[in-house]
Amino acid sequence: MHKIIYKREMAEKTVCHFKVEASRIARKAKPGQFVVLKVNETGERIPLTMGGTDPTTGTIDLIFQVVGKTTALLRTLNVGDDIEDIIGPLGKPTHIENIGTVICVGGGTGVAVMYPITKAYKEAGNHVIAIIGARTKDLLILEDEMKAASHDLRVTTDDGSYGVHGFVTDVLRKILDERKDVKLVVGIGPVPMMKFLCKLTKEYGVKTMVSLNPIMVDATGMCGACRVTVGGKTRFCCVDGPEFDGHEVDYDELVKRQRAYLTEEKVSMEKFMAAGK
Amino acid sequence: MAEKEEKEKKPKVPRQKMPEQEPKARAKNFDEVPFGYTPELAQLEASRCLQCKKPKCIEGCPVEIDIPAFIKLISEGDFDGSARKLKERNSLPAICGRVCPQEDQCEKLCIVGKKDQPVAIGRLERFAADWERTKGTIIIPEKAPSTGKKVAVVGSGPAGLTLAGDLILKGHEVTIFEALHKPGGVLIYGIPEFRLPKAIVQAEVNYLERLGVKVECNCVIGRIETVDELLQEYNAVFLGLGAGLPQFLNIPGENFCGIYSANEYLTRSNLMKAYLFPKYDTPIARGKNVAVFGAGNVAMDSARTALRLGADTVRIIYRRSRDEMPARIEEVHHAEEEGVQFYLLTAPTKFLGDDNGWVTGVECLRMELGEPDDSGRRRPIPIKGSEFQLECDMAVVAIGAGANPLLPTTTPGLDLNKRGYIVADLETGKTSKPGVWAGGDIVTGSATVILAMGAGRKAANSIHDFLMNK
Repeated sequence: MHKIIYKREMAEKTVCHFKVEASRIARKAKPGQFVVLKVNETGERIPLTMGGTDPTTGTIDLIFQVVGKTTALLRTLNVGDDIEDIIGPLGKPTHIENIGTVICVGGGTGVAVMYPITKAYKEAGNHVIAIIGARTKDLLILEDEMKAASHDLRVTTDDGSYGVHGFVTDVLRKILDERKDVKLVVGIGPVPMMKFLCKLTKEYGVKTMVSLNPIMVDATGMCGACRVTVGGKTRFCCVDGPEFDGHEVDYDELVKRQRAYLTEEKVSMEKFMAAGK
Repeated sequence: MAEKEEKEKKPKVPRQKMPEQEPKARAKNFDEVPFGYTPELAQLEASRCLQCKKPKCIEGCPVEIDIPAFIKLISEGDFDGSARKLKERNSLPAICGRVCPQEDQCEKLCIVGKKDQPVAIGRLERFAADWERTKGTIIIPEKAPSTGKKVAVVGSGPAGLTLAGDLILKGHEVTIFEALHKPGGVLIYGIPEFRLPKAIVQAEVNYLERLGVKVECNCVIGRIETVDELLQEYNAVFLGLGAGLPQFLNIPGENFCGIYSANEYLTRSNLMKAYLFPKYDTPIARGKNVAVFGAGNVAMDSARTALRLGADTVRIIYRRSRDEMPARIEEVHHAEEEGVQFYLLTAPTKFLGDDNGWVTGVECLRMELGEPDDSGRRRPIPIKGSEFQLECDMAVVAIGAGANPLLPTTTPGLDLNKRGYIVADLETGKTSKPGVWAGGDIVTGSATVILAMGAGRKAANSIHDFLMNK
């Protein structure tokens, strides 16, 4: 059992931030790693990348977008409620080293995953430029945190309601045109964003890492639900990832595999909504 | 004289069948297939045992249960006593009575089996254990005085549970670390409800907890703690990790949606209870036309699960012939009765899919058998030009499991063989790393529940010696 000790809703209540008691995980987790959680006895296991950890208070930060039944159910929980199972830390940590200039690009809820990674690159002595984007101003998350975690923060919105009017890739292209010292781009967000971001950085020949979020079950390498094709080879995202060379990932396959249970997800969500009425 | 006695006692009653659900009915539900013996049937079957002076059956049992003794107690009507007799050697009789391959072990050597069908030892074991659990009195045995020594057990499958049960009785403090959210390992995530009800596994774990064993779920050793960190707190560590790495066919199209490893398919259904979706949240594809690759027990479990999830057609596709199928005869028999079809001497070459990335079929090749290979089985050879296509909207790859590298790669000093399994002494379970033992599938590769239990028992003895001589 893991008690929720803090709750904040963001982005028009489409995103929720919990601080949850999980002292052993908080002590061990490194940027880029994730947990699997199961809300209750009948729940499914879903992977969530940690938005941060605090070993002194023994808590981990879970920041999630409400996309289906499990996340909708999670959002109904309040401070003092428990999450039945949290397993972690899982996956390989981000490989952090001082390499020079790094651009960290976060889209949508991907910003939450990007935040601890951005912070770690800065702490390791890199010059960190961060680009975060959202569809519209009210859906933007963690702007202040990302500002503090980077040397230079750029913000974009698809509708121009805040920051630069356009996509994160538009700003990224501009920076890559201006600076030739960029050693690494890290991109985390919706699959189409990562796909186009990688297309762009490939043009410029800049190494790019992405963090993938396929469907998982055990997340210890036992089931293969999370298999992704990277460089023509099948890899298990849960143990070989979640971060991969973005230029090698088969994004089209990933999107199709993420949509494998759309029908069932709809059934679950409808049942949940009906029960809430 | 003894010989004459045995001749006179030659059973007149035939081997008693275990009542079970009708194939048509059971192929639509997840309830256990056999109902088990009634007390009358059990006593009748027990009366068939010759009570041999030199029982052969015990030699066939990896944990050397005193088989004639527990059967005698059943024939006398002392069912609780029979269960206790079983538990002297086997801490999980309700499980072994269900999933042991008795036809290759105790029953294979039964003297009655020379002229008649052997005594149904497995069914009797199951009866006694079920009786004790549901109607009898479970007696908690006395533990040896505390030794103050601590043992960490990684993995709560049959090897870990057996070892934990043995060591707690010898007075040591035992903590089991399980990666999943429920203890039991393959007994929980792998073997389906219709073959091994999960309540039985839960009861066995509860029993160990009553003895004082601590069970910590959600602990992925190698991530939350390393083995070296465990060794700072515990005097000994046992690794009973299982063979938790799915093997795939490595043919084109294998990542189409609807193609599962058997591990994933069975974990969704058994551990996550996806067969009860949407009451339980985990979804599972309900294919109408299902292809299962492989012909071991796991393939049979997958095929029978697919039927229960509403498939119209389920095909087992296997590249060798019927004689080489590794599954237990009983499992093949049950699958056939329920309507599973067998495509033997057939090997898949590629999967076909639609625009949504969902599997629509599989291309296969016909095979013929050639000379025996390294495994002693005749090698399947493709017949040129024999390609044909089978439609399927779901597939399960059940061609075996390998060693999951997660823990071994985070444990320096632990020797592995070239296939990634942990090298351990088969008599003691000792590994190359001081203070670390291993047993079960992570040492031998995929085998049986009872062999893993046997390995757990041997390692328990070795760990006990180590702790007491320290």
